[in-house]
Amino acid sequence: MRVRLKIWRQASADVPGSLETYDLDDVDPQMSFLEMLDHLNETLAERGERAVVFDHDCREGICGQCGVFINGRPHGPGRGVATCQLHMRSFEDGSTIVIEPWRAGPFPVLCDLVTDRGAFDRIVASGGFVSVHTGAAPEANAVLVSKRDAEEAFDAAACIGCGACVAVCKNASAMLFVGAKVSHLATLPQGRTERSARALNMVETMEAEGFGGCTQTGACEVVCPKEISVRTIARLNFEYLRARLLRSLR
Amino acid sequence: MSLPDTRVPPGPVREAWSSHKSRMRLVNPANKRGLRVLVVGSGLAGAGAAASLAEQGYAVTCFCYQDSARRAHSIAAQGGINAAKNYQNDGDTVARLFEDTLRGGDYRSREAHVHRLAELSVNVIDQCVAQGVPFAREYGGVLANRSFGGVQVKRTFYARGQTGQQLMLGAYGALSRQVRDGRVTMLPRREVLDVVVADNHAQGVIARNLVTGELERHSGHAVVLASGGYGTVYYLSTLAMGCNATAAWRAHVRGALFANPSFVQIHPTCLMAQGDHQAKLTLMSESLRNDGRIWTPAGKGDTRDPATIPRHERDYYLERKYPAYGNLAPRDIASRAAKEACDAGRGIGPAGRGVYLDFEDAIAREGTEVIRGRYGNLFQLYQTITGDDPYETPMRIYPAAHFTMGGLWVDYHLMTSVRSLYAVGECNFADHGANRLGANSLLQACVDGNFVLPYTLGHDLNPEVGRAAPDTAAPAFAAAEHDVRGRIAALSGSAGTTTPRTFHRRLGAVLWDRCGISRSAAGLRSALDDVRALRQEFHRDVRVVGRADAFNPELEKALRVSDYMELAELMVRDALARDESCGAHFREEHQSPDGEAERDDDQQMHVSAWRHGGLGEPSLHKEPLSFTLAAPATRSYK
Repeated sequence: MRVRLKIWRQASADVPGSLETYDLDDVDPQMSFLEMLDHLNETLAERGERAVVFDHDCREGICGQCGVFINGRPHGPGRGVATCQLHMRSFEDGSTIVIEPWRAGPFPVLCDLVTDRGAFDRIVASGGFVSVHTGAAPEANAVLVSKRDAEEAFDAAACIGCGACVAVCKNASAMLFVGAKVSHLATLPQGRTERSARALNMVETMEAEGFGGCTQTGACEVVCPKEISVRTIARLNFEYLRARLLRSLR
Repeated sequence: MSLPDTRVPPGPVREAWSSHKSRMRLVNPANKRGLRVLVVGSGLAGAGAAASLAEQGYAVTCFCYQDSARRAHSIAAQGGINAAKNYQNDGDTVARLFEDTLRGGDYRSREAHVHRLAELSVNVIDQCVAQGVPFAREYGGVLANRSFGGVQVKRTFYARGQTGQQLMLGAYGALSRQVRDGRVTMLPRREVLDVVVADNHAQGVIARNLVTGELERHSGHAVVLASGGYGTVYYLSTLAMGCNATAAWRAHVRGALFANPSFVQIHPTCLMAQGDHQAKLTLMSESLRNDGRIWTPAGKGDTRDPATIPRHERDYYLERKYPAYGNLAPRDIASRAAKEACDAGRGIGPAGRGVYLDFEDAIAREGTEVIRGRYGNLFQLYQTITGDDPYETPMRIYPAAHFTMGGLWVDYHLMTSVRSLYAVGECNFADHGANRLGANSLLQACVDGNFVLPYTLGHDLNPEVGRAAPDTAAPAFAAAEHDVRGRIAALSGSAGTTTPRTFHRRLGAVLWDRCGISRSAAGLRSALDDVRALRQEFHRDVRVVGRADAFNPELEKALRVSDYMELAELMVRDALARDESCGAHFREEHQSPDGEAERDDDQQMHVSAWRHGGLGEPSLHKEPLSFTLAAPATRSYK
C-alpha cells in the first residue's frame, strides 16, 4: 500500500521544527506502525538522510516508551493499544498520516518525535511507592487483601506511564497518571499508611511540574492504552481532599 | 591463566548461604556514604540492587538506556515468579524448588547458587507484597498460585499476565524513593559503552548520553552490570528493541570471563514472522498449548487455506512423536520439532517458517465460551497483532529466541573475574544451567539484586573504606574514552552501502539457522566462517547516517551490531566446544536413535568460561561441576 507521511522533524530541543512530507509506496499492510517507521528510516539511510527519531522499546504495549500523535490522536485510531500495537492495515491505501510528538508543556520535545517525560519520574519520586526497606517486609500472607481490592489495585497499577493522557488533555493534566498510582496504592493495605502524604506530595509535584488541572473531559480514558478508568481521578480527588481535611484538623 | 576462585563456601550446600552470610565482613553505615556503586541497568536486578544498596547507605549511580528506569525489559515478563512458600500445602519445599531448577537446567548450573536461589525465593514474595505488588488473591484474601511448566507443585505467584510489569513497578518505586532522598543518581538515556579496568580492577564506566552524544566518565568503588541478556543477537527475538549486549561484551573484552554463551532458550510459542519488515516477535503464553493442537500440512509446500486441509493430510507432529506429553512437550523439544517440520518443507506462511496452533477441536469439545474464558485476552492480543481471529482460523506460531542462560562468569559473590565488577540478573550465567525453568527469571533478578549483592558487595568493599573512588582523569579512563571515541569515529558517517539493521538481520539468520534450535559440528564450523566474513564486511561496508554528537539511533544500532558480530563468534565457538546435547543446547551428533538429547556427564559436566583473546583466539577454561544433593538424572517426555 501507499502512504503519505507528514512527520514532525526537529533536530534538537533548541531549534524550531516543522512537518516534513515523505511518501512510501511499498508498505505491507501486515507491518506494525513502528515497522513502517523502521522501513522509512531504512529508506532515508539509503538516501543519506537523518533517521526519524522516535521512542520505542518492547513493541508489545507494556514498557510505555513509545507514543506519538497519529492524525491528531495519541497512539492512533486503535482502542486500548499503544502506538507499537497499531498496524498499517488500520489505514486506507493512499492515506495521509500526520505524525507528531506529544504536545504538552511539561513534555518538551528533545528530537523529532521524542519528548522528555522526566516529570513523570519526579512525580513518582515524590511519593508513588510504599516506604519499605529491602528485608523489612513481613510474611506475605500476614496481611490479607480481598480479591476485589487486589483486582481493583491491579486495574489502576496497569498504567504504563506513556503520557498519552497528558498529551490528549487540553489542560495537559496528569491527573489520570497520578490518579492511577494513588488509587493502586490506596486500595491496598500495604499502601494505606502513607496515603495522605502520597496524595499531597504527588499532587504538589504534579502542579509544580506545570501539568494542568482536570476539567473532566474524559479524553484521557479514551486514549489510554491500558484503559485506565477516570474513576481513578475521582479517587485521587477523594484522597487529596481527605488528606487536606485531616491536615487542617491537626 | 587459570580460573579465579568460585568462592563457593566449603561444607554442606544446604547451609552454605546462611553460614556464609554470618561470616561476611560488614561496612559501617557511616562509611557506606563514601563508597560509590555504579549500577548499569534498571530492571528488576538493577533497580533492586540500586535501591537496596542505597537503603544501606551506599552512594549509587544508576544508568539505563530507556527514558525512564521503569521501562526496563523485566516489565514485559508475563507468566509469574516462583517461590517455595508452600501456601498450597502441596508438599513444596526449598529442596524441591532447588531440584526442579537444577533438573530444568540439565545439571549445568552451580549447585550452591541454585540452592541459594531457592532459599531466598520466600523473601522475594514478602518484599514484593510489601511494595504493593497486586498479586492474584484467593477469595479469603491470601495469595493465589498457579502451576507452571515442568513441575508438580503450584508455586508460581502472578499478577494476571503482567507479573513482570507489576514487580518492575514495585522495584521502580523503591528506586524512586532513593532518588528522592538523593542516595541514587538516576541517569536515563545513557548507554554504557565501556567498563574502565586497571590491573584487573573495575574503576568505572564510559557512558554515552543518547540525547546529546556526549561521552561521560563515571568512577566508582564497584561497577554492577545488570544489563540483561543478549537474545537480540538473533535479530528477531522476544526482547525489547533496545536490549543489547554491549556493556557485558565490553566487560568481557576488558577481562571478564564469559560463561556458556551458547546456552539460549528458544520459546516455542511466539507469533510467526510476517515478512522481512518484522522487527521483533511477540511471545504468546505457553498455556495455549493446554488446549491448542499443533500441526502442519503433511505434504510439502502445501499453501491451501488450513480450513480446507482434511484431517488425514495434517501432521499433528508433537502428538505423533511424543504420545505421552503431546502438545505439552517441553519448550526445547517443541521448538526443535517445529524447526524439523519447517526444514522438511512443511512449514506454513509466506516464508514457510511457521506451524499452526489450532483450537478447533477444543472449541468443538468445550464450546467457544469456555475457551474464551480461558484464553480470551490472549486471543484478543493475537487478533490485535495479526488481524486473524483465532476462534475461526488457527494461530500461526514459530519459536523465537527468548532468554540467555549464558552470561558473564561470576563467583558466589556475583563478582566477575574482574575485581569490583559484578553481574546480576540475566547478565550473569549462574543459576539456570543449560535451560531455565519457567518463572525463574524474575526470581533470579530479584534475588540477585535485593538479597545477594547487598551482602556480598559489602564484604568485598570493606577494604575500600576510606579510599576515594578512582580519579576519572587517570590514564585508564582516558584510554577507555579514547577507545570508545575510536569505535564511534570508525562507524559514524561511514559511507558504505548497507545499513546496520541489514547486517543485524543477516547475522541473526546465520545464528538462528546454525546456532539456534539445533546445532551440528559442520553447521557451526560454516557459521564461524560466515560470521567472521560478515564482521569484516560490516566494518568495510556499513552505512551510518547522522552525527555522533546528536540523538542518533542509527549510530546506537551500529555500535550494538558491531558487538553482536563479536559475541556471535564466541557463541558459535562455545556451541562447537560443547560436544554434547544438554538443555537448550542440542547437538545433532548427540541424540539417541529416537531423537532425544544425550548428555555427556563424563566429559562435559562443566561451565565453559571464555577469556577474550585480544587480537588472538579466545581461550576456554572449564569449571568442573559437582552435585552433592541430587545425582544428575536423564529427562524423558515420551
